[in-house]
Amino acid sequence: MTSVRSHRTHTKRSRWWGEVGWKYPVAVVIVFFAVFPLLYVLSASLKPGGSLAGSSQLFRAIDPANYAALGGTQFWTWVLNTLFIGGVTAVGAVLMGAAAAYAFSRFRFAGRRASLTSLLIIQMFPQTVAFVAVFLLLLALGEVVPALGINSKIALICVYLGGALGANTFLMYGFFNSIPIEIDESAKIDGATHAQIFWRLIMPLVTPVLAVVGLLAFVSAFGDFILARIVLTSEDNWTLAVGMFQWVSNQLTSRWGLFAAGSVIASLPVLALFLTLQRYIVGGLTQGSVKG
Amino acid sequence: MPERDSHARAWRGLGWGFIVKLLLMAVVNAFGVTVILAAVRTESWIILGVLVVLLIAADVIYFTKKALPLKYLLPGLIFLFVFQIFTLGYTGYVAFTNYGTGHAGSMQQAIDATVIQGERRVEGSTDYPLAIVEGFGGELGFAINDDGTVRVGTASSPLTDSPDATVGSSGAPTEVPGYTVVQRAVLLTDQELQQQVVGLRVPVSDDPNDGSVRTREGSTGVIYTSTIVWDESAQTMTDTETNTVYQPDDRGNFVAEDGTRLPTGWYVNVGFDNFVRAVTDADLAAPLLQVTLWTFAFAILTVLTSFGLGLLFAMIYNDERVRGRKILRTLFILPYAFPAFMSALLWRGMLNSEFGVVNDLFFFGADINWLGDPWLARGAILFVNLWLSYPYWFLVCTGALQALPSETLEAATIDGAGRWRKFRSIMLPLLLVSTAPLAIASFAFNFNNFTIIYMLTGGGPNFAGSASGLGSTDILISAIYQISGVAGGTADYGLASALSIIVFIVIGVISAIAFRQTRKLEEVQ
Repeated sequence: MTSVRSHRTHTKRSRWWGEVGWKYPVAVVIVFFAVFPLLYVLSASLKPGGSLAGSSQLFRAIDPANYAALGGTQFWTWVLNTLFIGGVTAVGAVLMGAAAAYAFSRFRFAGRRASLTSLLIIQMFPQTVAFVAVFLLLLALGEVVPALGINSKIALICVYLGGALGANTFLMYGFFNSIPIEIDESAKIDGATHAQIFWRLIMPLVTPVLAVVGLLAFVSAFGDFILARIVLTSEDNWTLAVGMFQWVSNQLTSRWGLFAAGSVIASLPVLALFLTLQRYIVGGLTQGSVKG
Repeated sequence: MPERDSHARAWRGLGWGFIVKLLLMAVVNAFGVTVILAAVRTESWIILGVLVVLLIAADVIYFTKKALPLKYLLPGLIFLFVFQIFTLGYTGYVAFTNYGTGHAGSMQQAIDATVIQGERRVEGSTDYPLAIVEGFGGELGFAINDDGTVRVGTASSPLTDSPDATVGSSGAPTEVPGYTVVQRAVLLTDQELQQQVVGLRVPVSDDPNDGSVRTREGSTGVIYTSTIVWDESAQTMTDTETNTVYQPDDRGNFVAEDGTRLPTGWYVNVGFDNFVRAVTDADLAAPLLQVTLWTFAFAILTVLTSFGLGLLFAMIYNDERVRGRKILRTLFILPYAFPAFMSALLWRGMLNSEFGVVNDLFFFGADINWLGDPWLARGAILFVNLWLSYPYWFLVCTGALQALPSETLEAATIDGAGRWRKFRSIMLPLLLVSTAPLAIASFAFNFNNFTIIYMLTGGGPNFAGSASGLGSTDILISAIYQISGVAGGTADYGLASALSIIVFIVIGVISAIAFRQTRKLEEVQ
């Protein structure tokens, strides 16, 4: 009797190992694969001295020197530049995208379908591939208005906003369509103008999609390198991507300690935001946005 | 029954909205007019034309009751047209020109530049007493005393007589109507101003052959004339020192009979030359072919590997019997939350052959040159991109797996289908319906994934024995970056734009296929 039971638990256990149990050791390997580089950068940021040498022993020393040294560089200027460029781009993209989506969703006008189709086609061709033309355009604009020329943050924001309508209108258009038009109509009967309907009625109702679009615009401005590199030429105008690339691109003078400390600081807010918004991001992914 | 209130009493003024609109439009108009004036001053006629049209359009749209949808579309459309549609079109235009170093302007600009480059001080010429003046908008100029007549001009406007000017005891002009004379003391203390003054040339007349006034120390002016003379009627340049005559050719150069060229040319339409050069030029064709093949290989392999790994993990851990799935999922997707450009830079350090942690810890201190060997570098790029993007597919596939209809799977189990059979015949086709559009988007994204390539390897290691400057891990967009010279070096905007056009064509084809494919897959379902 007992032997039968023990035999049964034995087969049960081996079945458990075969079907579920093995997934735990595998998970440990995957977690190591995923997390090791992040632990490494944290450890490197706490290691005194700026070179890579001797950084393989993780957490051998804990020294905030690299973090303190950031103050002696342009790092915080780059952080502010990135926040400024990303922030203005996000606000601009949200406002322009929402206005366009409102127009497409609520008004029926000649050329509406054609405009929607052309938007769909245009947004497939990324601006980054046309960077030569962007560069030449800004050279020409800069001769007339220096604020819109090469080495201007405003100019870079304008370039990013050029892609805003194509990238965001569809996401918002779908969301706007899901809001019943009866709401507009009843407001219209009460004497509301189209502007009042847009600002006071629709915008509060679509806040979730505004947040998503704003976040996407911010993240893509934060992560852009090629356009920022071309447009922003002087060091005090750089964004984080351009500045931190400069720190480590040169073999002879590369400053890994600064880079490690800087990336820990810059990625922490992103990580925190990402983890709190995980659920929404997962939802957004399946709607067709790719990490930029 | 009489109306109790007059209709007018319901009118409550113009309202806040209108005032805000008025203020905004005032700002827009002020900005527009300022820029229009600047465009007139710099003679940028195209920008001027576009601005006038845009400004009038904005005023008409926002101050009439018509064109309601445009009130909402206009701001976005302006940015879209100027910074996206125009740049796409302009890429198409530049692709058919030889725009680049040595061909950077119009023919007139090339003539002016060449004549200026050939300017020498005229032997035995007279010195003119001179004063530095500041004109409208702070533009610097010279006022000279030409034998009792004061003549004044700036870099953009040639010398003209200024009869009402006064002359000081040294002979230099002290007051010039329309200009402010810069005091000598100011000039001596301002280094930057001195540099500008030494570099300044004020043309004597509209004809570049007449030369210009320059100064060395800011108090005497000397006439410089060019040894190279432009003959407008014959359309030739003549070097007066050697008596060589240069003729313009159809490639935007001044060429002498013996084949020597003047360094400054202008850009002209060269037809399909750039495209032809990309496939026939001995220095370019072979590297570009390799780059193109690698671009496709990189994009396809990245999507396949990261999709495969993400799907595998999703299938393993989409299992209710596994505990702590939430924590595991969060840890699995951490690489996705780390900014991509930082990941690439971080791996660049970790893969360093001498001090990198990968060699130190996992290869027992071996000296493997991950980023310096062509094939290892390609492998490293694929590996790093796999690390970066498998979490995306893990998330997508987890979501898609959870959305699979459980009845279908149960029915298959009852019919005796094995695990592999279920996966192959039910799960994968259903998964592909929802993920194929994302896979195609991911392909298109990675096709132009400049960041990872440039940050990890910079396109290197360079092709041995090639003057192109391209390397084994360059994809098309990083090759375009290298060729265009926007970051310094010799610029070839024409060839770079031609390659951009090729990338656009590829993307267009992929998108077209994507549309058809998604429709087909939906029919399957």
